[in-house]
Amino acid sequence: MTDVPYIAALEEVTKTYHMGTVTLNALQGITVNVEPGEYIAIMGPSGCGKSTLLNLLGCLDRPSSGRYLLGGDDVSMMDDDELSEIRGTRLGFIFQSYNLIQQLNVVENIEVPLYYQGLPAEESRIIATVFAERVGLGDRLYHKPFELSGGQQQRVGIARALVNDPLVILADEPTGNLDSHSGTEILALFDELHRAGKTMIMVTHDDDIGRRAQRVIRLRDGRVEEDIRNG
Amino acid sequence: MDDLARHRTARRARIGFAGLWRTIKVGFKSLWLHRLRSLLTVLGIVFGVCSVIAMLAVGEGASHEAQEQIRKLGSNNIIVHSVKPTDEQKVGSQQSYVIEYGITYLDVERIRQTIPDVTVVVPGRIIRERVWNATQHIDAEIAGTVPWYPELRNLVLLEGRYFTEVEMNSRKNVCVLSEPMARRLFPLTPPIGNNVRVGSDYYKVIGVISQEAVATAAMGNIAKQENGRSNSAATPRLYIPLTAAKSRFGEILVRRSSGSMEAETVELHELIVQVHNQNAVEETSKIVEELFSRNHKKKDYELIVPLELLRQAERTKQIFNTVLGAIAAISLIVGGIGIMNIMLASVTERTREIGIRRALGAKRRDIVIQFLIETVILSGCGGIIGVGLGVLIPYFITRFSEMATIVTFWSPIIAFSISATVGLVFGIYPALRAANMDPVEALRHE
Repeated sequence: MTDVPYIAALEEVTKTYHMGTVTLNALQGITVNVEPGEYIAIMGPSGCGKSTLLNLLGCLDRPSSGRYLLGGDDVSMMDDDELSEIRGTRLGFIFQSYNLIQQLNVVENIEVPLYYQGLPAEESRIIATVFAERVGLGDRLYHKPFELSGGQQQRVGIARALVNDPLVILADEPTGNLDSHSGTEILALFDELHRAGKTMIMVTHDDDIGRRAQRVIRLRDGRVEEDIRNG
Repeated sequence: MDDLARHRTARRARIGFAGLWRTIKVGFKSLWLHRLRSLLTVLGIVFGVCSVIAMLAVGEGASHEAQEQIRKLGSNNIIVHSVKPTDEQKVGSQQSYVIEYGITYLDVERIRQTIPDVTVVVPGRIIRERVWNATQHIDAEIAGTVPWYPELRNLVLLEGRYFTEVEMNSRKNVCVLSEPMARRLFPLTPPIGNNVRVGSDYYKVIGVISQEAVATAAMGNIAKQENGRSNSAATPRLYIPLTAAKSRFGEILVRRSSGSMEAETVELHELIVQVHNQNAVEETSKIVEELFSRNHKKKDYELIVPLELLRQAERTKQIFNTVLGAIAAISLIVGGIGIMNIMLASVTERTREIGIRRALGAKRRDIVIQFLIETVILSGCGGIIGVGLGVLIPYFITRFSEMATIVTFWSPIIAFSISATVGLVFGIYPALRAANMDPVEALRHE
């Protein structure tokens, strides 16, 4: 284990929010190491710090103390531009409410991360089309999000998270807004990605994901309560 | 770990011109999504730009017309009119008396002797009379002048010829009609060769000439053109040799009105001094003024210097333009505030989108550019529409109201670039606000 470099590593990370006179310690010293190809589910009751942890992992926020290494670089001290760069190149986001841009069609939505990396239009169009086909939306390329079902929209979201070939895919309740049938389809897609060697971290209430994941981290009151590897 | 190494080398090429073009397309797309709102947003800019161009065109047209008229008087000329002194007009109405005033032949001689660089001095007599051709008649000014008068006043001979020195010396009863007069008196037949009657004398028409601009002191003032003496601008003129005028009408004009008789003695009504060099006009006009004020006890003359009027007209135009500029600035600022207002609303409405873009790798700068481009597109399109309307409106004004308008080529350029700048300036704040949103908060926004 020791010579395997961690793809992501949190070292004694804390996050404190100051809201007026109230101070909230959302995370109180979290240490988690993520190996390449792991499929992790972060679970816990609401208010336990799951979202905060996901925001830190997603470089949307900076820890109050501690270090966060992503792909070998300490991102906890990076400035806003550098963090944007990291998000665009090393991370893929999947959201509960899909978060597609409504005025863009399927391919254009998938292209967004590539656009911010300055990829030429023709090239990114081709890549986005390939990824759309890979998630089974080959016949919906030019549909707008509102013309798609929830399951299809989430597939667009997944394609968008994959398109920049990220180190880690982060998902926030990816099946939370889906009916059980679409949810199962999406989970099957995740399994497939896992088999393909993608590193995935998911925040979820869904025990199904918990069972499918390779490793479950349970949080309580801003601390890691348990960290179990399934089989 | 090839994967890591590959990621570590930043693969982000710079978002260059092609990227900017894509952002512009995206901007158009999201504005097109809210067509009506975008249209309403730019109305302020549209009307601002359009009114600036239209107002400038009307102003330019008006001042151009005024300057044209002044130029017709001749910028090298100094014009002296005889004016009835005001204090002599209030005399008991039952008396009969004779008023003597105005420019005299002696004045002409004095000017000739005193000022060396004066080439021509044109004496003129002007008598108001009714001119007849059979039953057609018109109230006109009969001007007794010299043969070189038209040349001096930039008048264009439209038909026939002007009278000659020979005709002047022999006091011939010949006349030249101004163009509106010819049209009025000879609506069907060609005027040349026919006779017109003034009082009991007949004059043979030998030519038709363009209507002359009338020199008035109000001329330099565009705004005042409606008032003052400009009503006389329409009075047509009949030109006859000075000598003929002198012998037919004499020097005494008699006016009878209910029981009283009023007579005026005026030797010359008008005098034109032409100066060789335009730079000497002002100096010469001072000398002429000096000559008159020394030799005339009463103020029975009026000095008009077209060059001064021209300068005055230019100053007036400058003031006019400054006022217009201020109005333009205000309306464009109002338009800009309208745009800013809508962009702020749009930023709030699209908070979620901003969060998504930030999460997917957009830097603050990218967000700023995105929103800035949208505002610039808005104000730019507004500017273009405004320029279009601003060019069309003066055209229709000229078409339907006979008011002269001139769209100078620089006014659309200036109006357009100001509107684009306004968009840029007023777009900065909403764009910065969008860029400074916390991505986490923005993603959570409903």
